Amino acid sequence: MGALISVTVLGMIIMFLGIMEKKKLILPFIMLGLLVSLIIDLTEWNRNISYFSDMMVVDNFAVAFNGVLIFTSGLVFMFSGNYYRRVEKPLEEIYSVMLFSLAGALIMTSFSNLVMLFLGIEILSISMYILSGSKKFDLASNEAAMKYFLTGSFATGFLLFGIALIYGSTGSFNLNQIAAYTTQNLHSLPPYFNIGLILIMIGLSFKLAVAPFHFWAPDVYQGSPTLITAFMATVVKIAGIAAFYRLFDICFSNVSGMWVKTLIIFSVATIFAGNLAGLFQTNMKRMLAYSSIAHAGYMIMGIVAINKSSAGALLLYSASYSLVTIAAFGIIILVREFRLNDDIDTFNGLARTNPYMAFGLTFSLLSLTGIPPLAGFAAKYYIFATAMDRGYLWLVILALIGSAISAVYYFRPIIAMYLKESNHPAIPVSNTYRAQLVSITILTLLLGLVPSLLLLI
Amino acid sequence: MITAILILIPLIGSAAVMFTGRGKGLKRNAIIVSLIAFAVSILALALFHNTGEPEFSFSVPWISGSGINFHVAMDGISLLLVLLTTFLFPIIIIAYPKPVSGRVNIFYGLVLILEASLIGVFTACDGIVFYIFWEMALIPAYFIIALWGGNNRIRITFKFFIYTITGSLLMLGAIIWLYLHTPNPHSAEFSALYKVATTRNAQLWIFSALFLAFAIKIPIIPFHTWQPDTYTSAPPAGSMILAGIMLKMGIYGIIRLLIPLCRDTFGLLQYPVMILIVAGIVYASVIAVTQSDLKRFAAWVSVAHAGLITAGAFSLDQSALQGAVLQMISHGINIVGLFIIIDIIETAYKSREANELGGIASVNPKLGIFFMMIMLATVAIPLTNGFPGEFLLLLGIFKYSVWLSAVAGTTIIFSAVYMFKIYQKVMLGPVPEKVKFSENKLSGFEMTALVSLAVMVFFIGCFPKPFLDLAGPAVKNILDFITVTTN
Repeated sequence: MGALISVTVLGMIIMFLGIMEKKKLILPFIMLGLLVSLIIDLTEWNRNISYFSDMMVVDNFAVAFNGVLIFTSGLVFMFSGNYYRRVEKPLEEIYSVMLFSLAGALIMTSFSNLVMLFLGIEILSISMYILSGSKKFDLASNEAAMKYFLTGSFATGFLLFGIALIYGSTGSFNLNQIAAYTTQNLHSLPPYFNIGLILIMIGLSFKLAVAPFHFWAPDVYQGSPTLITAFMATVVKIAGIAAFYRLFDICFSNVSGMWVKTLIIFSVATIFAGNLAGLFQTNMKRMLAYSSIAHAGYMIMGIVAINKSSAGALLLYSASYSLVTIAAFGIIILVREFRLNDDIDTFNGLARTNPYMAFGLTFSLLSLTGIPPLAGFAAKYYIFATAMDRGYLWLVILALIGSAISAVYYFRPIIAMYLKESNHPAIPVSNTYRAQLVSITILTLLLGLVPSLLLLI
Repeated sequence: MITAILILIPLIGSAAVMFTGRGKGLKRNAIIVSLIAFAVSILALALFHNTGEPEFSFSVPWISGSGINFHVAMDGISLLLVLLTTFLFPIIIIAYPKPVSGRVNIFYGLVLILEASLIGVFTACDGIVFYIFWEMALIPAYFIIALWGGNNRIRITFKFFIYTITGSLLMLGAIIWLYLHTPNPHSAEFSALYKVATTRNAQLWIFSALFLAFAIKIPIIPFHTWQPDTYTSAPPAGSMILAGIMLKMGIYGIIRLLIPLCRDTFGLLQYPVMILIVAGIVYASVIAVTQSDLKRFAAWVSVAHAGLITAGAFSLDQSALQGAVLQMISHGINIVGLFIIIDIIETAYKSREANELGGIASVNPKLGIFFMMIMLATVAIPLTNGFPGEFLLLLGIFKYSVWLSAVAGTTIIFSAVYMFKIYQKVMLGPVPEKVKFSENKLSGFEMTALVSLAVMVFFIGCFPKPFLDLAGPAVKNILDFITVTTN
């Protein structure tokens, strides 16, 4: 809760800093504020406090995911200085909207009431609609915002309708009371409880870009400003999966018969939709969009196999996935700035001109493929092991085949960078940027070698 | 402890080589690192008791509470393969001239990482650790071929990568499944995986997954289509590592994992699989006869010989399995020798097309002699290292099925045909212009490498017993385990 308050306050202070025209201060202040929020967040470990008559419960699950969310946002902000360095217009509004959407994400990890879930998702989504259109004079950005907004509000409708039906059948918004109701009336649940559950699931799947509700994602990812895409692919996705897990773990695990089969189909469809479409992409951002769809499919596996250990597996997965995704986007930002394009061809010969960047991107892509000993392998291993432990052997086999397919497109940029020639000049890289890349790379390796760091919830 | 040190030496060496920049003594440093690893493995050999149980065990819990340990140790089979690895790497580094293009430090760094991962594969005693090293070997191999390879390398390395990663992901699935079926608390130790009482049906699936992974790596026909292209376009050092050592990962996997894990299904699958392999051997031999590109020729020779080793291992006979281990060593030595000679020919005469060459033995007699030795060893003439292994393998197949061994035995004739044919074309006959006026000397580096290989060819050929004895108890252990536990 402290983290939520401090992030919100931080967002407001940033707006005021903008009004007072202290531009130089904004970014350092954000980093400092996020660090403070992270520390406040971690102090709540093992305290299990509930707020506002059980509207929110900050348990270890919430603390762990909040930590990952704040850390990930910090990484995005780290690259933002570079991204916006040539932009003259005021940035404080973009930064504070980003912080507000982070606040929404923090609510999504700690809600204990369906209304709070809805509030969190809306705070997050509305901020994201604004952010994806934040490149005001760019047609693609406008298109992205429009598409995101239309499909997103449609999904919100589903979610809200589902929440209403659940309330109608159980008489409560509180997760624990709903769970208690389902245990008592396991065999006499009204049919609209089932409908409500499915509608909520569809609403959440929409937000997470889970197939067959993923069609908005590639256009929105490609059109949005790259920094915002990075934010969307990581923070939004982690918050979504955390909310999904929390809701289904506390509320609906009694009635898993109602949703598990559907979710398995969603998961397989997502893995294959993402990976197969990824094969045909020529644009880096679009490819990563499909990759993020596929990864949502792997994360859904953690919800299918819901149990104690799958929360840890999901946490590890989100952390490792967002770490390398942000590194990849950070490199794309720079390449696009100097080579004016983000097609895969643009990366030709990058290894010759900018070995550090090429190495960083290779590391990220290998980790996304799941090559040991990088973080991506450990994450995939735990998700797969959890799913197999619960008896979903076929799901794991299909997911493994999906991973093999994904190797094909993750290797295209690597091939472009190392094996193709181009006469682009080297991209000038500052030392801080290089240090950022190196530290993310080291973290990726570290998380792969010592995954137990994040398995403790 | 000594096992962990063996893995660490090349890893640390690789970091050192990579970060010392592009200065001169890179090749020298890489040689020193690989020689230190060799010395340590010799030390391990001296301290080895050969009880059949894994020795020099090093185990630290890796992920707390999950039963996954970083556990490495060596029994006789592992030790022999580690010796092969640490023996061949210095030779490969010595024989192969410094790459002319690209970042030389990265090249030697990758080679040493590859050495570390290979030692890791051969010594791992934990399923997950085994998988991690297995995959870790793929990445440096990919980059060595992709960055320093020849024509068409982009398409070819891509195919190589996709093929092998598909196989290994299936293997990962099988390992995770077994791990989850160990009694609580779970453990991924090989010893625990072996004890999982799987049903026949489950074993069929495990067999398919593991066999596919290993068959792609070896490769066994029809999973071989990546191999001739990759061997041909890889830089010589890459082909040597691939054929000399990486190929053995697959056969080692069969002996270490497939045979003990799928013991109940062997009765059902042994025969069809052996027919498949033996047919593949004949097919590869026939193709080898028709090849004139020397590297492609060596690639097919390697397919044929590796197939025979696998078929022998599948016969589940004590002496045949010992022969398989011995033949892995001999094959590694011979194929590396062949690739070194091909590389020397290609650099000196700017061609590896057998039809364009000839008479090299008369202008460069030393090379002719070395080629002759390697040729005799490949044909498995008695007193060369090819003979004892191949004999034991065929004996094992014979005990299993006379017909199969008769067909497999034809490969000896075939190997004589293709080896002598190539030798004739390349080394004898009239000397073409471009051979006559080229540099016809062996450098000191090349001499060192070839002499040490030749010594091993005859040493193993005359005294195969210590090698067979080294593998014996470990093989017996595996076979005893199968007889005790088979339902």
